[in-house]
Amino acid sequence: MDPNTKMKKIQINMQENKHNIKMAEIKRQSGRKADEIRPISAKVGIIPNANGSAMFQSGNTIAIAAVYGPKEHHPRNQRNPAKGTLRCTYNMMSFSVTDRIRPGPNRRSTEISKITEWALEPVVMLEDYPGMVVDVHIHMTQADAGTRCAGINAAAMALAHAGIPMKNMVSSIAAGKLDKTIVLDLDKYEDSEFEDGEGSTDIPITFTNDGKLTHIQVDGHITTEQLKQAMKMAREASKKIYEVQKQALKDSLVGDLK
Amino acid sequence: MTERKIIIPGEKIVDSGDFLPGEGTEKRDDGIYALRFGLAETLDKLVKVIPLSGVYSPRRGNVVIGKVEEITFNGWIININASRTAFLSLMEVPRYVNKDELDEVMDIGDMAVVKIWGINKRGIDVSLKSRGLGKIEDGIIIEVNPHKVPRIIGKEGSMIKLIKDNTKCDIVVGQNGLIWISGDKVEEELSAKEAILHVAEKCFVSGLTEEMEKYFKGGKK
Repeated sequence: MDPNTKMKKIQINMQENKHNIKMAEIKRQSGRKADEIRPISAKVGIIPNANGSAMFQSGNTIAIAAVYGPKEHHPRNQRNPAKGTLRCTYNMMSFSVTDRIRPGPNRRSTEISKITEWALEPVVMLEDYPGMVVDVHIHMTQADAGTRCAGINAAAMALAHAGIPMKNMVSSIAAGKLDKTIVLDLDKYEDSEFEDGEGSTDIPITFTNDGKLTHIQVDGHITTEQLKQAMKMAREASKKIYEVQKQALKDSLVGDLK
Repeated sequence: MTERKIIIPGEKIVDSGDFLPGEGTEKRDDGIYALRFGLAETLDKLVKVIPLSGVYSPRRGNVVIGKVEEITFNGWIININASRTAFLSLMEVPRYVNKDELDEVMDIGDMAVVKIWGINKRGIDVSLKSRGLGKIEDGIIIEVNPHKVPRIIGKEGSMIKLIKDNTKCDIVVGQNGLIWISGDKVEEELSAKEAILHVAEKCFVSGLTEEMEKYFKGGKK
């Protein structure tokens, strides 16, 4: 055999091999499998003064959501006389991260508030509340990445608890890419410190219970094929989250019934 | 017989068939789905959801207790703990009122028992033209979850009658969850308050009226 060809073959073999090893050996710092989400828990009815409230925890990320309303919409000039308005506020507590963050709204929280509104709007039915507003306040008491997803999950439960008519529940989960591997539910380290190979990509996705999308964000590089795979994995995981949300809502009434 | 189960929004209640979608439900291709969180109830062929949490939703004919928030040139704006405030027109007061002296009939901060006679896009209209309605002059007012009001009243008023008889108080239960208790002695009013809060807490225990009978017997010993 021509030595040059042989050389090439070996190189290709090595490359393939290298790639294979990478795929098999991708290890997450947390020890989770690629399609494994962090342990989740939820509770409904945690804030007695709100009309509806809920807590959603995913690993070290904890979100609490409180719903006030429907109530009269102030300021008046922002009123919609045709249907009610959904108004979300996302906030990170100053102690939610290791370095204290400056309290108050900032560019990031304003953006996430708007994203949360858009993720929830397709399912809430506010046609019967013209000129009124439903206020959703989301606070992160602990943040370890995936806060907008946890916030949306908590807000969906709190809205249901507040008796707001909804077409469906929504469940949110982040898919992502670590180098070339698609994984679910990135944590803080994977989201911001992972720098091997292609680095990390974060893709928060929100699904309704019947698998429809209400929100997707892509931050970073990903191919169409990889995105399809990521969405498939996220859709599976969203079902697990839905079950937890459902159970939490039902548990909040069991005390009343027994 | 009615069958009740806890339901969350977007959950299927029954498979399609001869069922009719009632309040808080929606008919989709393969069944009737819930739109609200609460108890799903099937009465004959009608499926509906009874909400157990959230803001009081006013209905025509409800007797409610509210607080005067504002006086306008022809009436009062009353907060009835609903998503909107209610309006009590001067015309709906069963006596002559001088337009310049509205505050002498009811001032800001006064409480009143009113009846809802109309709900439309502009707002909620309430009236004083019925028996038992009017400004509250004495007694105490307590607040409970408006979704527990039917249990506090009981079947055909059995529960509230029991509490009234045992505490010698006059009690008016507003559908919005505000309850007015007025008795001769403060102690009686307080015991009525305790009894009502006890009912609200145990609101889904079956045979609650019997239990309350025991509660009153035990309390007197």
